[in-house]
Amino acid sequence: MSKIEFMQGNTACAEGALAAGCRFFGGYPITPSTEIAEHMARRLPKTDGVFVQMEDEIASIAAVIGASWTGARAMTATSGPGFSLMMENIGYAVMTETPCVIVNIQRGGPSTGQPTMGAQGDMLQCRFGSHGDYSTIALSPSSVQEMYDLTAKAFNLADRFRVPVFVMSDEVIGHTRERITIPDRVEIVTRRPLEKGTLPFRGGDDGVPGFPEFGMGHGVHVTGLTHDERGYPEATDPHVHAALVQRLVSKVESARHDIADYEVVNPDAETVFVTYGPPTRSVKQVMHDQPDEGVGHLHLRIVWPFPERLLRLFTNAKTFIVPEMNMGQVAREVERHTDLPVISVPKLGGELHTPGELRTLLEARP
Amino acid sequence: MSFEDWFREDRLPHIYCTGCGNGTVINCTLEAVEQMGWAVDDTVFISGIGCSSRAPGYIKTDSLHTTHGRALAFATGVKLANPRLHVVVFTGDGDLAAIGGNHFIHACRRNIDLTVVCMNNMIYGMTGGQGSPCTPVGAISTTTPYGAAEPAFDLSELAVTAGANYVARWTSYHVRELTKAVQAGLETPGFSFIEALTQCPTAYGRRNKLRQVSDMIQYLRTNVIMVQKIQRMRERGEPIPDDKIPVGEFVRRNRPAMGVQK
Repeated sequence: MSKIEFMQGNTACAEGALAAGCRFFGGYPITPSTEIAEHMARRLPKTDGVFVQMEDEIASIAAVIGASWTGARAMTATSGPGFSLMMENIGYAVMTETPCVIVNIQRGGPSTGQPTMGAQGDMLQCRFGSHGDYSTIALSPSSVQEMYDLTAKAFNLADRFRVPVFVMSDEVIGHTRERITIPDRVEIVTRRPLEKGTLPFRGGDDGVPGFPEFGMGHGVHVTGLTHDERGYPEATDPHVHAALVQRLVSKVESARHDIADYEVVNPDAETVFVTYGPPTRSVKQVMHDQPDEGVGHLHLRIVWPFPERLLRLFTNAKTFIVPEMNMGQVAREVERHTDLPVISVPKLGGELHTPGELRTLLEARP
Repeated sequence: MSFEDWFREDRLPHIYCTGCGNGTVINCTLEAVEQMGWAVDDTVFISGIGCSSRAPGYIKTDSLHTTHGRALAFATGVKLANPRLHVVVFTGDGDLAAIGGNHFIHACRRNIDLTVVCMNNMIYGMTGGQGSPCTPVGAISTTTPYGAAEPAFDLSELAVTAGANYVARWTSYHVRELTKAVQAGLETPGFSFIEALTQCPTAYGRRNKLRQVSDMIQYLRTNVIMVQKIQRMRERGEPIPDDKIPVGEFVRRNRPAMGVQK
C-alpha cells in the first residue's frame, strides 16, 4: 500500500534514494542540502548501508565513486560551493563511466553567495563544469513528490548509462514541506554486468559497456587517462581518444528523446512557457487562476540532455517564455533550437517568480 | 604462486626510467601480498597521479587509477562499501603530502583498514623534477633552482600523530626490511603507512650530485639511522644527528579501526 506523508523536499530526496536501493552516502555538511546527509546518517546504518562524512566535497564524490565500483548504488548531496569542488572527480566519473548520483540543492552564487536562498545558477555548470567534452543527465524536481520520484529515477539512469546523474534541485524545493505519496516500491533497473570474456570499455549497441564490479574476478583496470577498450592507458593515439570521447557523449545524447521526462499543457497555444524546477509552480498557478488555451506550458523534468524536439510539439507557437532563477541559462539552450522569439525571464536573489509577475508578462503580449 | 604472477604482462614495457626505484618497491609490496596468501580477485590496488600511481596498471587485480591526491578518498569508499576486499594504495610524496595532504591526515584519523605504500622520491618525477613537500632543504629542482628553502614534511611522523595503527619507513635499498614492513602493514587492522624512500636518478639525482643510480642508492643506504639506535642514543644522552633519516617501525598499535571485515 502506498502511503501519504507530509515531508520536506530534502527528506523526500533521501527517502527516494533509499527506496531505489542507495546503500552508500558520502557527504560534507553544506546549507541548504544538509538535511539529506542528516537523514541518510540516521537511516543508512539501519538498512545495511554505509554513511560516511568525508573531509570535504572532493573526498565525498571520490568515496561515492569508489563505493560504486563495488557495485553499490551510491550518492552524495551538496550545494554550489561543494559542487564546484566536485567538478574534478565528476570528470573522473564521466571518463571511467562510474554510475553515481549527485544532488545539488542550489543556492545563490557565485562563491558563498546566498546559502539560505534558492537559485538555479548551476544548470550550465552541471552540463559543462568539468574539463573536456562530455554529456550528462540532469533532473530537476518542481515539488516534494518529484524530489522523491526523480531521485529514485536518477539511480536507474546512472546505472543504465553508466554516468554521474545530477538531481539539480534548489533551496525552494529542498526546504518546502508538502503532501507526498510514497509508493509501495519504485522501479529499479540496475546496471548490466560485464559478460566474462568481453572487453570492459567496449560500448554495447547503446554505447554502454557492461559493468565489471570489483571483486568479481574481472581484473579490470580503471583509469581517468584516455584508455582503450581494455581499459589500458593510451593517451597519445588521436583515434583512441576521439573514439572514446565521442562514445561518452553519444551514449547520452542519442538517448535524449527516449529518456525525456516532461509535461505538455495546451500544445496548440501561441505563447508557451518552458520551465524546470520551482518556476514550474508559478506557471501552474497562472494557468490555474486564469485558464487560457492560448497559453501553453512545457515542463521539463529532465533538462540535460536537452530534448529539443519537444519544442516542436507546440505547432502554433509564436513565442517561448523561459522563467528561471538565474540569468537565462536554459533560455540560451531554447534559443539554440528555435527560430521563434525566446523571452528569458531571469530572477535573482532567491525569490521565486510570482504568478502576478508572469501574468503581467502575458498581458504585455502584442 | 610467486609475486611475479601478480603482474599484468600485456602492459609491458613499463614507463619507468632506467634506475628508477619504484619497481623495487612494487616488487616488495607484491611479495608481501603474496606472503599474505590473498587471492588476486579479492585484492584491489588504488592510486592517484604520478610515477608511483602508475603501479596498479601493471598489476592483474581490479585497480583504480584515480585523480591527483585523491586515492585515499576513493579507497575509503571502496573499503567501506565492501570490507571483504583487501585494499592497497600506492602513492608518492607529491600526490600524498601536497595535493592529497588533507585526505592523508583524515584517512589516518579514521584509521580505515587500508595499507598505503608511499614511494617518496623527494621530487615530482613525472612532470620533470619540480620541488615537492618532501624535497630536502637546499636540494635543487626545476622550481627550487637556488635550493629548496621550505622545510620538508616528515610523512611517517605525520601518520603516527594523525592516528595510523602501523607506520614504518625504509628505502628501496632495504629490500628485505621493506617487504617485512609492508607485510606487517597488511596484517595490521586499521590504517597502515609504509614510506619507501626511492631513488629518482632522472629528476632528482642528476641535479643533486647523485648522477649515477648507484650514487643515489648509496645515499639511501648511508644516510639513514635505525629508530632503535636513536632510542639508545637518546637514553645515553648523546646528540641525535639531524642529517640522518630515521628508518624502522615507528608505531604498531591496535586502536579501533574503520572498515575492518567482521
